[in-house]
Amino acid sequence: MQEEIFVSGRDIPNIDPSLEIWHWPIGLYLFLGGLAAGIILFASIVVILNKEDEYPTTVKYASIIPPIALVIGLIALIYDLKNPLYSWQLYTTIRIESPMSWGAWVLLIVTPLSFLWVFSYFSELFPTWDLKFEWLKKFEQFVKKNRKNMAYLLVPLSIILGVYTGILLSAFNARPLWNNAILGPLFLTSGLSTGAAAIILLAKTAQERHLFGKVDLALIIIELGLIIHMLMGMYAGSEVQLEAMRLLVGGEFTVLFFGFVVILGLIIPGILEALEIKGYKVPVAIPALLVLIGGLIFRFVMVEAGQITRYLY
Amino acid sequence: MRYAMVIDTLKCVGCSDCVVACQTENDVPVGYCRDWITETVDGSYPNVVLELKSERCNHCENAPCVRCCPTGASHIIDGGIVLVTPNECIGCGACIESCPYDARYSHPEGGYVDKCTFCNHRLEKGQLPACVSVCPTNCMYFGDLDNPNSKVSRLLKNRKYKTLAPEAGTKPQVYYLI
Repeated sequence: MQEEIFVSGRDIPNIDPSLEIWHWPIGLYLFLGGLAAGIILFASIVVILNKEDEYPTTVKYASIIPPIALVIGLIALIYDLKNPLYSWQLYTTIRIESPMSWGAWVLLIVTPLSFLWVFSYFSELFPTWDLKFEWLKKFEQFVKKNRKNMAYLLVPLSIILGVYTGILLSAFNARPLWNNAILGPLFLTSGLSTGAAAIILLAKTAQERHLFGKVDLALIIIELGLIIHMLMGMYAGSEVQLEAMRLLVGGEFTVLFFGFVVILGLIIPGILEALEIKGYKVPVAIPALLVLIGGLIFRFVMVEAGQITRYLY
Repeated sequence: MRYAMVIDTLKCVGCSDCVVACQTENDVPVGYCRDWITETVDGSYPNVVLELKSERCNHCENAPCVRCCPTGASHIIDGGIVLVTPNECIGCGACIESCPYDARYSHPEGGYVDKCTFCNHRLEKGQLPACVSVCPTNCMYFGDLDNPNSKVSRLLKNRKYKTLAPEAGTKPQVYYLI
């Protein structure tokens, strides 16, 4: 039995809350970053395979989401900085060892590219709008011509963006819940899954809906596997990792994690999507929305629970 | 030069003088502190051991806070002291999350991250850190581990000691004599 009492310092109310430095904007940003990465990746792949005409929602309509999501995510990120006026300091240096540094640089490239992507479809998305200026029209033609080049660039960048949302957390060995190598692939899979769900939500043809239904179903199964891997890794780990696992299994985050993320966010939408592919009449908005909400809650749970876990000494 | 602090847990009485001295010397915002006392009770009656110790930033050799800092505001200077440059810090909190000792906090007014500096400004003048200089039981020692004849080197040679959470791989430079 070991009992530790903080005589001075840590029983001052101002100290401990200030250690929990990351709040809801970080969880929201991780979700939006993953969602954007998912849609960008799918749209890029469709363009590279020359299937734009078969899957118009993916490349055109759903692609409006990433720039909006990234901007909201960036605002959330800056909102959670304690010294936001100095945020330009991120771009005075490249620090390979710091995931946040290369995440910031990837965002600096991906965000404008996601805007250009939407702009390349401008005249198709808004046929009644006139671009007014000759140089803008020329620029639109230029972007349109280079869409495939953008797609080639965006495939690796969107994967890095998706993985980075997980690596950002897993790089902290002081937080045992985060410090596992599976978090990067897990967040990438979850991000791709939410991206596919967003496309399903907007898709107009059954062909597009069914394709992304299959993709999403595969991603959900992979994600469930990765979650089992994560829990097993913790279960076989040291005391600090066991303590971290207990937060999710039988601890204060159990209902949120298993109820809302695993069952409502993965298993039920997975079953509904399988039924819809089989030909049963299922309103696709239900599984798609469940996946999106589950993904968001998953990020909140991981950010909140991770900050509680710590080394015991 | 490799600065280290050695704290004798057998001599510490947990008076918190080091905490108050630090808050005064470094103008620490009210309600915050850069060092603190922990009281650990180990075992069950009648075999109970009480340990008191003063904790602070461990100025790790392999500092996770320096590694994860996206702007390079957290850095290590000569002597192995880990410092934060306030006007390079964006307040992202990555270093706070990365510290196994929870030694960092966000400065409530400045927005930057603040922590123990081993009283670098006093060391430059040839003085000891404020906490060490006020300790009434003389349980804290400060010196250079590269010098084999310094008090800290000799204490670590002759006494049993431990560091905090060595399994975190941070190579802390605050040693506790046990």
